[in-house]
Amino acid sequence: MYWNQEIETMPRESIVNLQGERLAACIRRVYDNVKPYREKMIAAGVTPEDIKTVEDLRKLPFTYKQDLRDNYPFGLFATPLDDVVRIHASSGTTGKQTVVGYTQNDLNIWDELMARTLTAAGGSRKSVIHVAYGYGLFTGGLGAHGGAQRIGAATVPVSVGNTKRQIQIMLDFGSSLLCCTPSYALHLAEAIEEAGIDKSALKLKSGCFGAEPWTGEMRSEIEARLNIKAFDIYGLSEVMGPGVSFECSAQSGLHISEDHFIAEIINPDTGEPLPYGESGELVFTCITKEALPLIRYRTRDVSSLIATPCACGRTHVRMTKPAGRTDDMLIIRGVNVFPSQIESVLLNFGDVAPHYIIIVDRVDNLDTLEVQVEMSPAFFSDEVRKIEELESNIRREIESVLGLAARIRLVEPKSIERSEGKAKRVIDKRKLI
Amino acid sequence: MIINQISVFIENKEGRLAELLEILAGNNIDIRALSIADTADFGILRLIVNDPERAMNALEKEGVTVSKTQVIGVKLNDAPGALAHVLNVLSRHHISVEYTYAFITHSKNEACVILRVEDNDKAINILNQNGIELLRHIN
Repeated sequence: MYWNQEIETMPRESIVNLQGERLAACIRRVYDNVKPYREKMIAAGVTPEDIKTVEDLRKLPFTYKQDLRDNYPFGLFATPLDDVVRIHASSGTTGKQTVVGYTQNDLNIWDELMARTLTAAGGSRKSVIHVAYGYGLFTGGLGAHGGAQRIGAATVPVSVGNTKRQIQIMLDFGSSLLCCTPSYALHLAEAIEEAGIDKSALKLKSGCFGAEPWTGEMRSEIEARLNIKAFDIYGLSEVMGPGVSFECSAQSGLHISEDHFIAEIINPDTGEPLPYGESGELVFTCITKEALPLIRYRTRDVSSLIATPCACGRTHVRMTKPAGRTDDMLIIRGVNVFPSQIESVLLNFGDVAPHYIIIVDRVDNLDTLEVQVEMSPAFFSDEVRKIEELESNIRREIESVLGLAARIRLVEPKSIERSEGKAKRVIDKRKLI
Repeated sequence: MIINQISVFIENKEGRLAELLEILAGNNIDIRALSIADTADFGILRLIVNDPERAMNALEKEGVTVSKTQVIGVKLNDAPGALAHVLNVLSRHHISVEYTYAFITHSKNEACVILRVEDNDKAINILNQNGIELLRHIN
């Protein structure tokens, strides 16, 4: 099933031509309207006239998360704020959020791409779509929501949390398509089993799961325990949000909506583009976005591209499930976390950052975050109350910065392992790749 | 009047207390009194020793987090109500006690109590005015 058969099955040559046209127009618009981009292009000796086809893309400089931070909040927007109708944000590496904006036209395209995503996962106007991604600054909830409404499904904006109520709604409303993080899907499955609910009372048929890394084993487990077909979806707020790429019934890679994005795989060290099939860093150029058209945005996700025809009939290039990161970003309960964010919180509690280590685990299918901090004379007191106060202040600060609850444990000096060279800051016990 | 207590951060790990005490033993430190405040993850070991400076140096050399805390020692008759009396005096003067622990000395019929308060000078004055005997030093 296609949402937009003409576009989704377009011959590759036509896709590439369309991309070239849209890229040229986009670069002209960005050059004229976004000062930091204009300056970057001038510094690289590129003019909009140099960009005519997809082949010319490699002449353009990359965009990094840091650029969004340097131009916080709206400095990279290509339209006046008057034309912006929605703003989302995700975590930055330190302190400041990464802010993204959408015009009405951008939202229409987002809805269209999520409509393609949900249709490929079996959704239709007959579906009851249960959106258990977080609603708010995070793009997951509202992104899936827009697509679900676009296809005319009965859309249930449940958002995250309150598992018991989620299950009741699933039973009573007859939810047929579930959108949430894969770990939450497993958590729901577990809660359903624990409550002794007869699974045949559920009407679930499929699910779109993303916003965090997951394995093939997790997919099999979700499919078996919820008796559904589980589809992978991919997106990042900088590029759009969920629906940048999605799995089809063939379940062998995620189709990138190439009429709106140009994907490249590059060598993360040299920046050289790599051919199809080779593994490297995924880079996106948004060729139709009005408010925030990022050019050659470095996702830091490691993937490869597959251009061979897909059994489903779609012609758009596929990306393999991301197999790690080229930076130290963690995804915990669907939230992007950089160790540097935690370090900057700890710095506020003393003159120097104490030794710390972040321990991420998965207990009962939910991610847990523990931060062990070495006790130092600056933190120490002979009174338990004062140390506990310190712990709870650190916990509160981390929660406000990350939007995630963390357990704080003060440990003895030198008890955290020292490594040669770069300090080891993270122990991830989840084994997701 | 004022007694130097050493306070030590200690993780709740099997054998850790023994290890710390071994360090003190190895440096010939004699412990006069000891108390531990504990939580699920850590404890604070509070010690009165014969040579606080040497004890602190020895522990710091082993990378242990340790601090010096000034506390008050009070001498009591080893009789019912003696400690209650001291605490009543402090309470009447709105001096709150952060923590306290007791130990018995070699002299007969005598007990000692360590008091940790916010304002040592004020507490000492009040105790003196009320005829409560303070420990001058611990030997």
